[in-house]
Amino acid sequence: MLLTLSTTHSPATDLGYLLHKSPHKPQSFDVSFGLAHVFYPEATEQRCTAALLLEVDPVALVRDRQKSSGEGRSLEQYVNDRPYVASSFLSVALSRVFGAALSGRSRERPELAARPLPLTARLSVLPCRGGEVFLRRLFEPLGYTVTATRHALDATVPEWGDSRYFTVTLDATLPLGELLSHLYVLVPVLDDDKHYWVMEDEIDKLLRHGEGWLASHPEREVITRRYLRHQRSLAREAMARLSEGDEAPEPEDAPSAPDDGEVMLERKVSLDEQRREAVLSALVEHGATSVVDVGCGEGKLLRTLLQERRFTRITGMDVSVRALEIASERLKLERLPDLQRQRIQLLHGSLLYRDARLTGYDAATVVEVVEHLDPPRLAAFERVLFEWARPGVVVLTTPNAEYNVRFEGLASGGFRHKDHRFEWTRAQFESWARGRAERFGYGVRFVPVGAVDAEVGSPTQMAVFSR
Amino acid sequence: MKLSIPELSLVLLVGPSGSGKSTFARTHFRPTEVLSSDTCRGHVGDDENDQDATRDAFDVLRFIAAKRLARGRLTVIDATNTQPESRKPLVALAREFHVLPVAIVLDVPEAVCHARNQLRPERQFGVRVVRNQLQQMRGSLRSLEREGFRHVHILKPEQLESLELERQPLWNNRKHEAGPFDIIGDVHGCLDELLLLLTRLGYAVSRREEGSPGFDVRPPEGRKALFLGDLVDRGPGVVGVLRLVMGMVEAGTGLCVPGNHEVKLMRKLRGGDVKVTHGLAQSLEQLEREPPEFSAQVVKFIDGLVSHYVLDGGKLVVAHAGLKESMQGRGSGKVRDFALYGETTGETDEYGLPVRHDWASEYRGKAMVVYGHTPVPEAEWLNNTLCVDTGCVYGGKLTALRYPEREVVSVQAARMYCEPKKPLGAREMPVAALTAQQQHDDVLDLADVLGKRIVSTRLIQNITLKEENATAALEVMSRFALHPKWLIYLPPTMSPSETSQRPGLLEHPAEAFAYYQREGVEQVVCEEKHMGSRAVVVLCRDADVARRRFGLDGDERGACYTRTGRRFFQDAAMEAAFLARLGSAFESSGFWEEHRTDWACLDCELMPWSLKARELVREQYAAVGAAALASVAEARTAVAQAAARGLEVAGLGARLQARADGVERYVAAYRRYCWPVQSLEDVRLAPFHLLATEGAVHVDKDHVWHLETLAKVCRADPDWLMATSHRVVSLSDARAVEDATRWWESLTSRGGEGMVVKPLAYVARGKKGVLQPAIKCRGPDYLRIIYGPEYTAPEHLERLRKRGVSTKRSLALRELALGVEALERFVRKEPLRRVHECVFGVLALESEPVDPRL
Repeated sequence: MLLTLSTTHSPATDLGYLLHKSPHKPQSFDVSFGLAHVFYPEATEQRCTAALLLEVDPVALVRDRQKSSGEGRSLEQYVNDRPYVASSFLSVALSRVFGAALSGRSRERPELAARPLPLTARLSVLPCRGGEVFLRRLFEPLGYTVTATRHALDATVPEWGDSRYFTVTLDATLPLGELLSHLYVLVPVLDDDKHYWVMEDEIDKLLRHGEGWLASHPEREVITRRYLRHQRSLAREAMARLSEGDEAPEPEDAPSAPDDGEVMLERKVSLDEQRREAVLSALVEHGATSVVDVGCGEGKLLRTLLQERRFTRITGMDVSVRALEIASERLKLERLPDLQRQRIQLLHGSLLYRDARLTGYDAATVVEVVEHLDPPRLAAFERVLFEWARPGVVVLTTPNAEYNVRFEGLASGGFRHKDHRFEWTRAQFESWARGRAERFGYGVRFVPVGAVDAEVGSPTQMAVFSR
Repeated sequence: MKLSIPELSLVLLVGPSGSGKSTFARTHFRPTEVLSSDTCRGHVGDDENDQDATRDAFDVLRFIAAKRLARGRLTVIDATNTQPESRKPLVALAREFHVLPVAIVLDVPEAVCHARNQLRPERQFGVRVVRNQLQQMRGSLRSLEREGFRHVHILKPEQLESLELERQPLWNNRKHEAGPFDIIGDVHGCLDELLLLLTRLGYAVSRREEGSPGFDVRPPEGRKALFLGDLVDRGPGVVGVLRLVMGMVEAGTGLCVPGNHEVKLMRKLRGGDVKVTHGLAQSLEQLEREPPEFSAQVVKFIDGLVSHYVLDGGKLVVAHAGLKESMQGRGSGKVRDFALYGETTGETDEYGLPVRHDWASEYRGKAMVVYGHTPVPEAEWLNNTLCVDTGCVYGGKLTALRYPEREVVSVQAARMYCEPKKPLGAREMPVAALTAQQQHDDVLDLADVLGKRIVSTRLIQNITLKEENATAALEVMSRFALHPKWLIYLPPTMSPSETSQRPGLLEHPAEAFAYYQREGVEQVVCEEKHMGSRAVVVLCRDADVARRRFGLDGDERGACYTRTGRRFFQDAAMEAAFLARLGSAFESSGFWEEHRTDWACLDCELMPWSLKARELVREQYAAVGAAALASVAEARTAVAQAAARGLEVAGLGARLQARADGVERYVAAYRRYCWPVQSLEDVRLAPFHLLATEGAVHVDKDHVWHLETLAKVCRADPDWLMATSHRVVSLSDARAVEDATRWWESLTSRGGEGMVVKPLAYVARGKKGVLQPAIKCRGPDYLRIIYGPEYTAPEHLERLRKRGVSTKRSLALRELALGVEALERFVRKEPLRRVHECVFGVLALESEPVDPRL
């Protein structure tokens, strides 16, 4: 990974004083992840370029990570782009190697450090999540002329398309310290990653290096959120401190959870909430007091149910242990008072295996779940639910495929979520549901959820089976 | 004096403090059989005499007693047990587990108790306590039987001296009888059919001409007939059937368990108030024509029948209506009722008949259960149970099971003797052409896979699967795997050779050869490692075979899946075309005839790698390559400029040069494994194990057999199927070893992935058991996509050499054993859950954290 800083200020070699590194002597520094070298490819009165070259030790990278977390051992940890790209490693190196310059200080040329200079920064490989558009939205408001060259994933396989890597040149006239601060903050923001665990002190770093420019940056919210690794509480606090007592806007959900595509797509109609309300009213209508939510995910519906005292036994089941952990955190199960805690339990299980624990409920809810099952496995799910669990009422929702044409940004024929194995039209859904109802001795009725479009129906369709 | 108690019972010692209960227990029972209330008080409260702890102590005592009884262990309760209310929960416990409660009362004079208590300083609780207990006890003596004790023994001090306790086997325990048996279903007076069936089974039957009426039956050598009850009612030959069976039981050539019809008949004959329905009239009518002594004999016979039998060391259980595991070998009214009537749900069906709870679908016991009672159109296995009542009296068949051959023998009924209330075969939802077991297997039970499990396999005795691993496997299985009926095998992981110390290398064949030589293997096979993905292919000759043998109710004729059970082809049409093309190679090479099978399971490599790993290649390998190429090029330019200025950057320059070289080789390496797949034409399949065909798991053949057998199939479609190049190497022959090493070098220098070294035998054993089934030796350039572009730099290599293969190898062995076991169970036609258990186990083990670079 290489960063070069050039100036045409005269004499250009003053850059050495500003960086506190001599243009005549290459130097190397130990950093936690390897070595940082500083040398000058050119150093004349007219033009001077300092190079910061990072040699990241890929083997040590892995070993250290393993020690600290031990989780997520995948090959990605071993073969990755970290040694080659600008990332939070660069920020660490900047503060370690160019610390004084970063804070706008110079022993030999203090007045020059505060003065705007014609500067060019070049990043050999900068990963940009959000592409060139986002890159420009970050740097152009700060006065830079941005030149970016995008790299193909593999020049010999053009159909693979572009990578997220750019070679980026930034030109501007501004004090060196400001330029370094911008890089310090914005490089990891573009990369949307950090090589270390982000804690509260990260807010201080952000505010220190963002002083004077971040508060007025049009993208400050995204910058804050990404810099703090999408930790909402941290981002909220940072925004509050940024706006100094003005009301803190609620940052939107981080685009990191796997459900996001669907969430974003459906947000306009706040479908999620309408769905929960529809499910709840179906349960109330049937007088259910014990409910099992199969495929409960992170527990949004469970939270709604828990708020209703009528439900005396609430069970959430999911196949993903991770989802259950999140559900447990969100529902604050550990801290619920006993009386509440006794009403709810979470089970790890699968919709494709018969499960004695699912019997004896008034109602089962299956919200946005069936479309995640492979069609050949639906038969097993049907028997598990209707034949063996056999609740009095089954409330089941699934997307209405016909409605998809109303979603902007959804390719025609595409699904709302990449794990969806199918999406049904109203006719398909109703025919399936009636077939199951008849086979297993249930009655069924259908309820549209969300605003009904005259032509394509409601975004979500719901079936209520009862016996 | 001799005292006899049932071998499985709950024994309550009854007597006041100081009556000698503990001494009695010590003398006559094993220490582990005795649960003492004093000891339990100690466990919960650190003081054996702390009366405050009594409640908790009894909770513990009953808990342990319940566990013991559930496991079928005789249990002795050493507590005073003098009050009825303290005995009551224990009697209930005995009932719950269908064991007989036994009371042994130690009727010792008060003075003796006192004297004993005096000697024990911790028991100074006065005269009144003991006196009360004694009074309670004596007051109880007459009510004990009413409380439910089937055996009550009251012992005086003088009897205790010479007492000998004897444990008596239960009537149903016939474990010592191993058969062979012919187990015959409900006869219902169909004498002609019974005679025909017996003849067909090889019994010589002749009607006795002289003496008392009846039959002389000579069974085939060593065999014995087992009648499952319901001999009587409905049919025309009730008397003849009774004479025949009673004669055989008496002669010791037959055994019989009672059916509900016998019991009802007996009650009627004894003058009970019984409705004459369900064919009882026929029996009564026919008996009336016989002398009255015969009816008396019948009553005596029926009265002496035992509800069920446990035979052949516990491997076989017979009962009229079947018997669930928790009741087998137990004795109680409930057990008898279950054996006679089965379990009903309390509902009635549309024909007005009681709805029977389908205990067999939940059956998980080790013993085979053969039963009758419910007429079915065909005798069909379900979870190691078989109903052989095929409704002979309704015009169906009379059926016998030959045990242990598992062969079903039937004779057709001559006619319909009785109109059935509901048509035969109406009990299940009709699903085309699937057997009862296959329908049952459509859905597996979570309890059969989740939690900590121990799986017994032929190759490795016990394999423990951890709960957290099962948890991970459940998610993968549920979200991504294809239908479990196709998943009859998952391949084991493969360990690399131990780390090479040669310069510039992490792996080399020398270590693989050394491993097998060390373990005493003479010959190994080196197989070229194809640059693709591991694929398991199940191929049926046609969709009918798939339905019949795999029980899948669709029109697929097979499946091609990854080592984690995912479908290879997302496109169903492409998979169908793939199977069709493979199928025609099998067809035209004469495979089906030669191997007398209509399906096969293969272990293969499927090319290109990018077919499965397209996203991985693009988003990880290509991306890293793109970043690395650009990054290193820019850095080299800058360093070159600095060098031109005369700066001392030579060391950095050299390192960058090496890095550039590594990156280029890395990019070249991943590119070799990728080519675009537009159609099936772009895919290549290299099968290397013929795992199983009908009736056979081919792990008893060596690898040369596997490779040659499959090469023959490959020759039928040489452009599309790839035979695996290989060579057999004698490890004692230095030249051969050298040649094989050269071969590896030439494969890898051309960018090949490397080779796999296997012992010649599919399953080889060494000094400490089963050996690694295969060891891979990967080429140095291929390893760049595993260890990163720069891994060959000496400072990196040195650290990377500190890798250990032992965890990986231990997993490989356990996964091998599970995979082979899965196939063997499938070939033996065991229920799917038994196959799935093993396959699930492989997946569970695969979730163990192991260095993924190995």
